[in-house]
Amino acid sequence: MNLLLSAAASDNLLLQAVNIFIKYKSLFWYGVKITLLISLTGTVIGLLVGLVVGGLRAMEIEPRDPAPVKLFKKLWAVLSTIYVEFFRGTPMIVQAVFMYYGLKPMLHWEPIPAAIFIISINTGSYMAEIIRAGIQSVDKGQIEAARSIGMTSIQTMRYVVMPQAIKNSFPSIGNEFVVNIKDSSVLNAISVTELYFQSNSIAGSIFKFKETFLVTCFIYLILTFTTTRILYYIEKRLRMPRSSFPASQTVNEVNHL
Amino acid sequence: MENIITIKNLKKSFGSLDVLRDVQFSVGKNEVITLIGSSGSGKSTLLRCINLLEVPDSGEILFHEQNILEGSIDVNKHRSAVGMVFQSFNLFSNMTVLNNCMIGQLKVLGRDKESSQKKAMDFLTKVGMDKFAHSYPDQLSGGQKQRVAIARALCMDPEVLLFDEPTSALDPEMVGDVLDVMKTLANEGLTMIVVTHEMGFARDVSTRVVFMDKGVIVEEGPPSQIFTNPQQPRTKEFLSRYLG
Repeated sequence: MNLLLSAAASDNLLLQAVNIFIKYKSLFWYGVKITLLISLTGTVIGLLVGLVVGGLRAMEIEPRDPAPVKLFKKLWAVLSTIYVEFFRGTPMIVQAVFMYYGLKPMLHWEPIPAAIFIISINTGSYMAEIIRAGIQSVDKGQIEAARSIGMTSIQTMRYVVMPQAIKNSFPSIGNEFVVNIKDSSVLNAISVTELYFQSNSIAGSIFKFKETFLVTCFIYLILTFTTTRILYYIEKRLRMPRSSFPASQTVNEVNHL
Repeated sequence: MENIITIKNLKKSFGSLDVLRDVQFSVGKNEVITLIGSSGSGKSTLLRCINLLEVPDSGEILFHEQNILEGSIDVNKHRSAVGMVFQSFNLFSNMTVLNNCMIGQLKVLGRDKESSQKKAMDFLTKVGMDKFAHSYPDQLSGGQKQRVAIARALCMDPEVLLFDEPTSALDPEMVGDVLDVMKTLANEGLTMIVVTHEMGFARDVSTRVVFMDKGVIVEEGPPSQIFTNPQQPRTKEFLSRYLG
């Protein structure tokens, strides 16, 4: 009897969830768009921040560097450590509230640009470490070879080390995007109208939290699942032995012995 | 004979280990010098000092009468004039064979794309790797990689080419291919310094053999002298193990 009741109740829950989704799908859809907007731009900008911070962090001080370069590298090491430790060591929700209200008198910003800024700078701190680890995983011989033909340390970084570092750390970079899709939900704390905020508004207006958030669960799952599939696909493409030949080649065939 | 490289009183230690202890050495134009000696004798370190992959503790390295250890020297310019071929090939794994040979020409020497590509293809043809121009290093065998690495170094038009045990990481079958390329270069008059354990190459190809032991040059001379009539007991001992 109990079993029947609970089965009926769960039937009911699913049915109600479907109804809520149909009725409020434009509100959910709006939330999805904001969630994807802030998490994608935040991840991309965060990656750029990470490339600069992590890239410079990984450049060792060489005995022949001129004094100003040495000083810059030392200063950068200290500042980037503070940055990375602060943003990895405090919750994003706290950073969001602190920076949104803290900088509001100066920047007069809206929640969405603030959200993108916060996700970017937060993700940047993780990306910096991911990139640094990626750089350290590149074989030292690659660097020696580049230096031995006369490349500067910046050229070596740009043309030889960085492309390999990014490829090596692609899984971790992609993972940051998935994390951001989920964790951008904490930005409801500064009234960003992303998926969690929208769900909360819908649930609050009809007093059906369980049913509404079941819908929300599914939407997040679809977003992250789709994203991971796309990332796996790209990762596989990166790993494949490359054999595409540019049109302007001088030979037509690669003859494998 | 004009000396390209003159090394005076070169010293280098790693921590408490003295790897080079007072090395004097010079290289003339068109010379093919082989550096031989047991592992840890300092020959690779000496080679790496010449293009400043290692910075010596004291002494002088004169390149065309100019001491490259002075602070005012443009290290990158010097390195582009002194090519290096490594034991582990070190081809840029993110680039095709062709791009490996072009990147230095484009970014270091400032050549245009067309002439860089032409030169790269010329040298790849020379080492027999032109068919693989659009392959990636991962798709090549060790011997093929090393031939590409030689082409990459040649594309920079170096005055001296340094070889750091170029055949030590190769299967015996592939050693011949690489040595053949090096022989061709030697016959064409390229100045080369080769650290090697290939005594056949040292005997047949080099113009001068330098034997190093424990961070100093023990003996040097033409191969006929070193291999048939070595003067120093340490040289005799070393060679007897190789030549039986």
